[in-house]
Amino acid sequence: MFARAAASAAVIVTIAAFDGAAAQTTSQPPDTMAARVEACTPCHGNKGEGTSDVYFPRLAGKPAGYLYNQLLAFRSGRRKYPPMNYLLEFLPDPYLAAMAEYFASEHPPLPQPAPSEVSKDVLAQGELLATSGDAGRNIPACVSCHGPGLTGMQPGVPGLLGLRAAYISAQLGAWRYGTRTAKSPDCMQLVAGHLTEADVTAVAAWLATRPAPDNPAPVPKGTYALPFGCGSQPN
Amino acid sequence: MGSRLSIALLVFAAFTAAAQAQEKTSDKSSDIIAHGEYLARAGDCTACHTAAEGRLFAGARPMPTPFGTIYTSNITPDPETGIGKWSADDFYKTMHNGRFPDGGLIYPAMPFASYTKVTRADSDAIFAYLRSIPPVNQKNKPHELRFPYDNRQLVLGWRTLFFSEGEFKPDPTKSAEWNRGAYLVEGLGHCGMCHSPINALGGTSQSDAFKGGLIPMQNWYAPSLTSNREAGLGDWSIKDITDLLQTGVSARGVVYGPMAEVVHNSLQYLNDEDTRAMAVYLKGIAEGSSPPPASTALPTAESSLLISLGKTVYDKNCASCHGSQGEGKPPHWPPLANNQSIEMQSAVNPIRMVLNGGYPPGTKGNPMPYGMPPFAGLLSDNEVAAVVSYIRTAWGNRGSPVSAREANELRSAPLN
Ligand code: HEC
Ligand code: HEC
Ligand code: HEC
Ligand code: HEC
Ligand code: HEC
Repeated sequence: MFARAAASAAVIVTIAAFDGAAAQTTSQPPDTMAARVEACTPCHGNKGEGTSDVYFPRLAGKPAGYLYNQLLAFRSGRRKYPPMNYLLEFLPDPYLAAMAEYFASEHPPLPQPAPSEVSKDVLAQGELLATSGDAGRNIPACVSCHGPGLTGMQPGVPGLLGLRAAYISAQLGAWRYGTRTAKSPDCMQLVAGHLTEADVTAVAAWLATRPAPDNPAPVPKGTYALPFGCGSQPN
Repeated sequence: MGSRLSIALLVFAAFTAAAQAQEKTSDKSSDIIAHGEYLARAGDCTACHTAAEGRLFAGARPMPTPFGTIYTSNITPDPETGIGKWSADDFYKTMHNGRFPDGGLIYPAMPFASYTKVTRADSDAIFAYLRSIPPVNQKNKPHELRFPYDNRQLVLGWRTLFFSEGEFKPDPTKSAEWNRGAYLVEGLGHCGMCHSPINALGGTSQSDAFKGGLIPMQNWYAPSLTSNREAGLGDWSIKDITDLLQTGVSARGVVYGPMAEVVHNSLQYLNDEDTRAMAVYLKGIAEGSSPPPASTALPTAESSLLISLGKTVYDKNCASCHGSQGEGKPPHWPPLANNQSIEMQSAVNPIRMVLNGGYPPGTKGNPMPYGMPPFAGLLSDNEVAAVVSYIRTAWGNRGSPVSAREANELRSAPLN
């Protein structure tokens, strides 16, 4: 409150100092995050709900810590998508944190799951991997980290709902080929390293068919223990 | 007993005196170090010599050039892999003359052609600062230059053409402020490294200094700082210039692309006096050239069709921020009417702005800048050409129309 008042006092002083130029400074863009992220919304949707492009991910409601880690990785170029690497290059940490908070606190409804293009058997294989994993091949269940409801956990584990199969397979592929990395120990790299192409197709397809749960919010930090350590999820 | 004590006291007194004396010199040297840090910012050494997610000044930042990739050096005080064994003389020789301590030639990607203007005192302060930072043991990454450019002797040819050694000489007919600005712009600021026509050898000739040019590899046009048809600041107010340099946004226009990097990494850290001095100098060097009439290679019937399509695209996609009359909401949503940076002969920058969008740099004065979305995925080549032609010619702007081919060619320009 005080900061706001001080800021508007400062604005008044600046306007007064401007004198003749006052007319120019009176018309300003709205002082909101929504106006500041207009550069993002053609790709991610006005509230971060995603767009019709299957490779453009939903951002809304994901844990703020997770989103912030991604923005840092795009800014440094560790995670690559040139249009975003370019936009973020000269933005400071606190601003990226504010952007992450903004999209984390938006809650547009999850989209209707798309009808799947793969066979029943493939979906069943995907479900098995996601819910039970495959101990014989060292693949932990996805739910052991992403949560029983697949809604993720604060602050660093994202939910896996509301994403399209194409996006999920692209990300798992990126981890397998080392073009996406997370803070070390990079647990997702270990997980994805054990997946075959067929596993990726199956688990991505099954995840994309999941309906929205009653409560899509990520569970609080420490609700369950991860099977092994993840650099993006501090203990 | 008594004499023992007094001796002890004496020793103690001598000790504290020595300690005080030392504190005094270290006070002075910490002043020099702080000043050196400030100058290193002004010279942008920090950003060039630090890799993304790398250790401060450990180098290894890649610099793409038409001849291959050059990697910046480790300039931490590590004795084996950094400059820990260098003397202040060695360091001055590098800054002033572009040579390693053993006389070897340094590639001009290190902007010694500008730094040669830096005074000995300022060079020593930067060196003192570099000696105070934590050493990092990291070997320099070998350059990946193609034959024959991997031969350092070739630098000799470049030096003959483009390098003239010599510290800055103040112009006695000008004010102290103008001279301070000139010293910063021509020396540490190395503005001429980009704002000059770059010839095939990657050089800048003295007579073309600040005349503008296309930056090789990056495909951005660095406008002339002397022509008012480009980025000459002759008719800007001092306040608009200092706003632009210090915060990245101003009532007249914003910075983007490589210039956003310069403001982000270097200019935002300069104090008010130095920023003002640069503004005074920049305003001073602008030649009062009257704008020549717009010329266009496109036939007029075609260009008027293009421009009417451009207005449709503009009203739908751009007017919400830049205003239906191009008035913007300055400084955050820049005006496009009477904005030199979109009217220049080269249309590279406005085409790239439309394709790539952008954020001005986050600075102390503007920590949460507003952004512009990229339109590469939303508009066809023809629509990009149309809207750029429109903003270059509407509202009294004096640019020329551009073609869909020009728009298409810039789709593949590198983004980093
Ligand atoms: C041109 C379209 C585009 C624009 C503009 C854009 N993004 Fe993205 N964004 C993407 C794509 C595509 C990805 C996925 C990239 C990949 O494959 O890793 C992504 C990924 C992300 C992610 C990671 C999401 C996740 O679940 O891992 C975040 C966070 C994000 N964007 C935020 C932003 C913000 C904030 C802005 C504005 C400053 C922005 N984006 C602008 C297309 C865009
Ligand atoms: C050991 C814990 C762990 C396990 C097991 C795990 N994940 Fe993850 N996953 C994470 C963490 C942590 C992240 C966030 C990484 C980051 O910060 O970039 C993540 C991120 C992801 C993402 C990126 C989401 C986005 O929006 O871009 C996908 C997709 C994903 N995991 C899929 C899976 C699948 C499929 C499985 C099961 C085969 C799985 N994960 C198993 C911890 C885990
Ligand atoms: C535009 C990028 C750039 C900027 C700005 C820059 N440098 Fe450099 N510097 C380089 C490159 C590239 C090299 C390697 C040149 C070579 O190998 O010939 C280098 C080499 C050096 C070296 C030689 C070290 C060695 O042992 O190889 C020193 C010392 C140095 N720079 C100091 C500075 C200082 C001090 C500043 C700021 C006043 C600065 N540099 C600004 C790019 C830059
Ligand atoms: C790395 C290359 C580079 C360096 C170094 C550089 N500039 Fe620029 N500058 C550019 C480019 C590219 C543009 C065009 C983009 C823009 O207008 O922001 C530009 C634009 C400008 C503009 C016009 C801005 C407008 O809105 O019309 C000014 C003024 C300017 N530079 C001043 C400077 C000064 C002063 C320095 C030295 C302290 C400097 N530049 C150093 C690349 C550079
Ligand atoms: C959401 C608001 C927004 C929209 C919509 C928008 N812009 Fe921008 N525009 C900006 C901002 C913010 C900047 C400064 C960006 C920077 O510095 O990187 C900018 C900068 C520019 C510049 C460079 C101005 C300068 O001072 O050199 C041009 C040219 C431009 N926009 C043209 C357009 C066109 C054409 C469209 C429509 C196709 C458009 N803009 C749509 C907000 C917007």
